[in-house]
Amino acid sequence: MIDLSLLPDGGMAWLEASGPGSHLVVSTRVRLARNLDRHRFITRTDPKERESILAEVEGAAAATAGLGRAVKFRVDRLDLVDRQLLHERHLVSRELAAPETGGRVRPGSGLLVQDRASVMVNEEDHLRLQALRSGFALEATWAHVSTLDTELGQRLAFAFHPEFGYLTSCPTNVGTGLRASVLVHLPGLVLTKEINKILQGLTQVGLTFRGLYGEGSEVVGNLFQLSNQTTLGKTERELLDHLGKLVRQVMEYEERARQILLRDATAILEDKVWRAFGLLRYARTLSFEETMNLLSGVRLGVGLGLIPSVGMYTLNKLLVFTQPAHLAAAQGRVLADEEVPVRRAAYVRQVLEAEVGRRGPSAESPPTQG
Amino acid sequence: MKCSACGEREGVVSLTQIVEGDVRTVSLCAKCAAEKGIETGIGLADTPLGGFLAALGESADPDAPLAAALEAGCPSCGATLRDFRETGRVGCAECYRAFDAPLRELLRRLHGSTHHTGTRYQGTEMAAVVSAPDGGARELREQLRRAIDAEQFELAAELRDRLRERE
Repeated sequence: MIDLSLLPDGGMAWLEASGPGSHLVVSTRVRLARNLDRHRFITRTDPKERESILAEVEGAAAATAGLGRAVKFRVDRLDLVDRQLLHERHLVSRELAAPETGGRVRPGSGLLVQDRASVMVNEEDHLRLQALRSGFALEATWAHVSTLDTELGQRLAFAFHPEFGYLTSCPTNVGTGLRASVLVHLPGLVLTKEINKILQGLTQVGLTFRGLYGEGSEVVGNLFQLSNQTTLGKTERELLDHLGKLVRQVMEYEERARQILLRDATAILEDKVWRAFGLLRYARTLSFEETMNLLSGVRLGVGLGLIPSVGMYTLNKLLVFTQPAHLAAAQGRVLADEEVPVRRAAYVRQVLEAEVGRRGPSAESPPTQG
Repeated sequence: MKCSACGEREGVVSLTQIVEGDVRTVSLCAKCAAEKGIETGIGLADTPLGGFLAALGESADPDAPLAAALEAGCPSCGATLRDFRETGRVGCAECYRAFDAPLRELLRRLHGSTHHTGTRYQGTEMAAVVSAPDGGARELREQLRRAIDAEQFELAAELRDRLRERE
């Protein structure tokens, strides 16, 4: 298995819940799609050309400040469980990781990671630059990825069309090549059944939503990834401002929904969040989906101050560390399918017990009692 | 024919397998096919891109000019519009010039515009320094500002030094 401790903070600073609005927003990501002018795009490349693309990108990256100290992975040479591990940490996409059993990796695919930024090489585009930060932090995340783009662009000739802008393998990314997304937790809007109306509204004004793992992933644990739909015809600034404005609005709606629930359905809400906590604290088997849903309940309870002193950071870490490859990594071996829910429950119990132990017994009783 | 994996949904892909010398054909639904890593292209049809791709050459009879257009290759990479219809991906940067009209129309449908108004690529360092009247100082200052915004202090220090050299 690969040693992810090589990465500063394991490539997971985005989990630390330190960013703005962390009670509602898990993380912010901005990615840019870029291609090298002198190479064919990914569907027309053979392994030899992809090797040379990877070598060029690595050579250019080595001379930059933003990626000069990057940890490098040859994704195509990793075992399945390691690729899953990187995918679960949001460092590589499904397309690059091929995390399904028997999934085929693309020869020549690579990953460079430094600080809170990374570059996937030979994904759908030659380069996918991304920066990922904790909380609602579009500005800093954009500044980070844009700096990388400039640094790399000075050393690599990017495919750029005078009218269409940056050219990409799929026309849906042409222009800025920018996709900014904010991972937001919306249990209030789900419980008050407002969510569909809001998501529908968002799609009408140029946004799109996805699940925890981006394109093609289902929404679990009331976590929605909101992002811009189009990439051409607006400046990067306009795309980011538009997304930022709408995310702030959604956050307001969510806050309002939570206050309504707290006012009109106090007992039901309290019962719901404490049941979620109780199940996570004592269950002996947990499926991934159930874990996500229960974590959503606890996260809501923590956000509303109903469950005192369980840290958001701990809840964020559980999102990642309860996934199959992480459970396997913790055991240092591949787990049988039926073993996974048992290991997951044991891990969650252990983490919450340590959390309660650290914070004292008051962590297990609501602030109104006692 | 029902999907032979889940037995619930209608099969849309037929898969021929040779198992120990026996040829077997099974039918799979889109979901099970995707789970087995078999690309069906279904699901694409639900998107604007998919709709456009499906419409490309829908009316194609073999003699129509459209059919010929579908087979014409990009002079640089050899990809055809038919390839694009099948994969949803273009073959190279040159394809955007070779298939200007249909891709322009697609970009307009997808994004509501064909005109990039965002950051313009400045070219590699050599090209940028030669073309910038102040030797790239303005660009460097802008980069420095962004580096500070991003708390990339190592980079900021390097940029500051380069800016000093130039000024």
